[in-house]
Amino acid sequence: MREAPLRAGLWLALALLGIGLVLPLGTVLLRAFEDAEGGFAGLANILAYARTPALRLAAWNSLWTAALTTLLTVPLAFLYAYGLTRACLPARPAFRAVMLLPVLAPSLLPALALITLFGNQGLLRGMLGGGSLYGPVGIVAAQVFYCFPHAAIILSVALGMADARLYEAAAALRAGRWRVFWTVTLPGARYGLVSATTVVFTLVVTDFGIPKVIGGQFPVLATDVYKQVVGLQNFNMGAVVGLVLLLPAVGGFLLDRWAEGQRSATLSGRAVAYQPRPRPARDVPLLLLCLLVAGFLLGIVGVACWSSLIRFWPWNLSLTLDNYDFARFDAAGWGTVWTSVRMAAWVALIGTPLAFGTAWLLERGAPGGLLSSVLRFVAGLPLAVPGLVLGLGTILFFNHPANPLGFLYGTLGLLVLNSLVHFYTVPHLAAVTAIRQLDPEFEAVGASLRVPALLTFARVTVPICLPAILDIAVYFFVNAMTTVSAVIFLYGPETKPASIAVVHMDEAGQASAAAAMACAILGVTVAVKLAQLAMAGVVERATQGWRAR
Amino acid sequence: MQRRVLNAALALACAMLPALASAQPRTRLTVYTALENEQLAPFKQAAEAAVPGVEIAWVRDSTGVITARLIAERQNPRADLVWGLSVFSLLQMEALSMLEPYTPAGAEALRPNFRSDRSPMTWTGMDAFVSAICFNTMVAQQRGLPRPGTWADLLNPAFRGQIAMPNPASSGTGFLTVAGWIGSMGAERAWDYMTKLHENVQVYTHSGSAPCNNAARGEYGLGISLDMRAVTLKNQGAPVEIIVPTDGVGFDLEGTAILRGSRNMEAARKLADFAVTRAANELYGRFYAVLALPGVQAAVRGYPAEFEQRLVSQDFREVALKRDEILRDWAARFDGKSAPRN
Repeated sequence: MREAPLRAGLWLALALLGIGLVLPLGTVLLRAFEDAEGGFAGLANILAYARTPALRLAAWNSLWTAALTTLLTVPLAFLYAYGLTRACLPARPAFRAVMLLPVLAPSLLPALALITLFGNQGLLRGMLGGGSLYGPVGIVAAQVFYCFPHAAIILSVALGMADARLYEAAAALRAGRWRVFWTVTLPGARYGLVSATTVVFTLVVTDFGIPKVIGGQFPVLATDVYKQVVGLQNFNMGAVVGLVLLLPAVGGFLLDRWAEGQRSATLSGRAVAYQPRPRPARDVPLLLLCLLVAGFLLGIVGVACWSSLIRFWPWNLSLTLDNYDFARFDAAGWGTVWTSVRMAAWVALIGTPLAFGTAWLLERGAPGGLLSSVLRFVAGLPLAVPGLVLGLGTILFFNHPANPLGFLYGTLGLLVLNSLVHFYTVPHLAAVTAIRQLDPEFEAVGASLRVPALLTFARVTVPICLPAILDIAVYFFVNAMTTVSAVIFLYGPETKPASIAVVHMDEAGQASAAAAMACAILGVTVAVKLAQLAMAGVVERATQGWRAR
Repeated sequence: MQRRVLNAALALACAMLPALASAQPRTRLTVYTALENEQLAPFKQAAEAAVPGVEIAWVRDSTGVITARLIAERQNPRADLVWGLSVFSLLQMEALSMLEPYTPAGAEALRPNFRSDRSPMTWTGMDAFVSAICFNTMVAQQRGLPRPGTWADLLNPAFRGQIAMPNPASSGTGFLTVAGWIGSMGAERAWDYMTKLHENVQVYTHSGSAPCNNAARGEYGLGISLDMRAVTLKNQGAPVEIIVPTDGVGFDLEGTAILRGSRNMEAARKLADFAVTRAANELYGRFYAVLALPGVQAAVRGYPAEFEQRLVSQDFREVALKRDEILRDWAARFDGKSAPRN
């Protein structure tokens, strides 16, 4: 096998991740120890941070709201996932689809919907009993909505893999239902629970959209970074807060890695897939719960879309499309939506071949070596880096006067690079998983027939993995459409994405227009997701027929 | 199969390429501004029609953010021009030698207090705006709030938790309001007033329009905001009354200036020339009542009469040079209640 071109591919991936991730993060680290004039400040910034009570308060607020959200979200998501995988529920595909809805919208959408429901003029404000939505109440409620699918996806995968023989053995030993649950089901989903917990906790600590819209005067870390950088242009203090923000994320990442290492193979080759049998005492309550959760998710999205159609909240509730005339609220008008679509399409177009190609090179192409190990490590890193910190590092790195890449500053190219790197880990892992499922014999047979490895890749590997590739492309697209935190520092005069326009409209108090823009984004992502489902059927028939016997 | 997918992907990529590498025959001016969003499109259209060969790329944010950004970028300026920025910020930038001295053609015709006193000039004025109270009559009725006529009335305990005010660090409106209080009451009484007012304030917002927008939506009973936002909302049918307090209001000028180090100096000068013309002032008059060029009739309706008399007399330069100090003081006293991003 000619290795040189394959290695070149690995170097390309490493270069992109290096420029887009490692160097910007390094810049953040350096800036945290610099004074305003660029000299070495030692620990002065960090001490100044520790001495500012308002900043310390923000760190504490972030921690406890994240912990509370995790405590609420993970059990709820567990029950929902349990219902989907271990009970006999009708319309399971529909429940699965509704579960994904929050992922398709920017995180600001639930916050805007909650204001319509529970704000000072909200329809249901009486339910708060005189308390205020603005602050921790609103943050936690909106975060539960936003984080729910992330936890539910992980847990439904974890609960979906069960060995029926264990349950048969437990039944033979006359174990009661609770005992089976505590000794078989929960241990089986243990690592999924650890994963879901760290993911939700990290999401809440690092999300910026929700506290921005609904946080009121309640300071949290994510809004503090923003305040320091955009409001005060104090990049060094922003870098310090960014480092503090990095701590829980890296902690969660390490915990997850540790749990991953503890996991032995849960499913051996002889496992028998568990099939739930109908049992009303279990199915009916779970169905009710799933209906309740799905209704809540749909209701929040519905309220947001309804509020985007209202002429003048709350005095004139007649419906209108005026709020979708975005040029009235933001100079770029609908242009921001097209900017987002273009950016997301580029991220998907470049990111998909890059992630898949790199994963293949790592698994099957150029074996071993230091380069591969470094690349594997770097590809896993973005998951642990909050968008705000990555965005801050990117602006500091690319706006440095000595950087020859400075021409990228404020261009669509930089937004694309940043989003690609920011969302790289999950597609990378998905591609690795898809490729590992393939028998290495394909390459061996190809090599023995003297077919070049790249040809085997194009003729066999890619078609077989097409459903996974489609998943990766849609993942890149959807995340690039909805992201706020990283790009908020990076857009230029001509390249403002729609998600940022939502922030700006909300900032100016144009809540209906902000909701309209959030719904426009949701419309695009839902359309793409539906297109994927439609295409998946075709692709399935064209490329996956051989799997059936 | 994969060839078809590849072809489709290639075709899509080609279709998107022109967008990335669009040709630019006109000179593109990067203009930093704190104008209101709905002003941007008409201003761009009018300027590009009047000054051929120039294209405007706006960078818009609240006054404090744009000012901080301009100052942070001063080693490596990205803006050619500022058009629609508070005179306090312009004078602060003048003191840092960031403004290009240039007297636009016809600038002498502007009211003397609406243009730079240097020669050549460093900035020219556009219009004046004042802080005003947006008072939601509907909410007032529901919650039994009295109608405030003066700043002092806002200290009434009935308004506890009912007031939204812009944060002066980010919002130009917020700063001119604070500057107005300091100007009319004197520093000591003004800080004392703000400390008492703080008890009634529910939130300090990022932008100057947000308090009025939120008061119009009834989220708060009243918002301290800028006159233009209040007038626009009232004209849209919001249940707000615009109150210009009778015990003196701060006012601010919006102005135009060229940045030293602009890479498109010639085009920037042409745009600065346009900014002082009668046509440009008529444009400003669609939103504001007090204009830089005498004799231009403002087209905007709904402004309270006689409000010019309520303006406090103000030494812009003196306040501008103290801007940082005032903001530091303010943040130390009241920052806990700010909305995120201030």
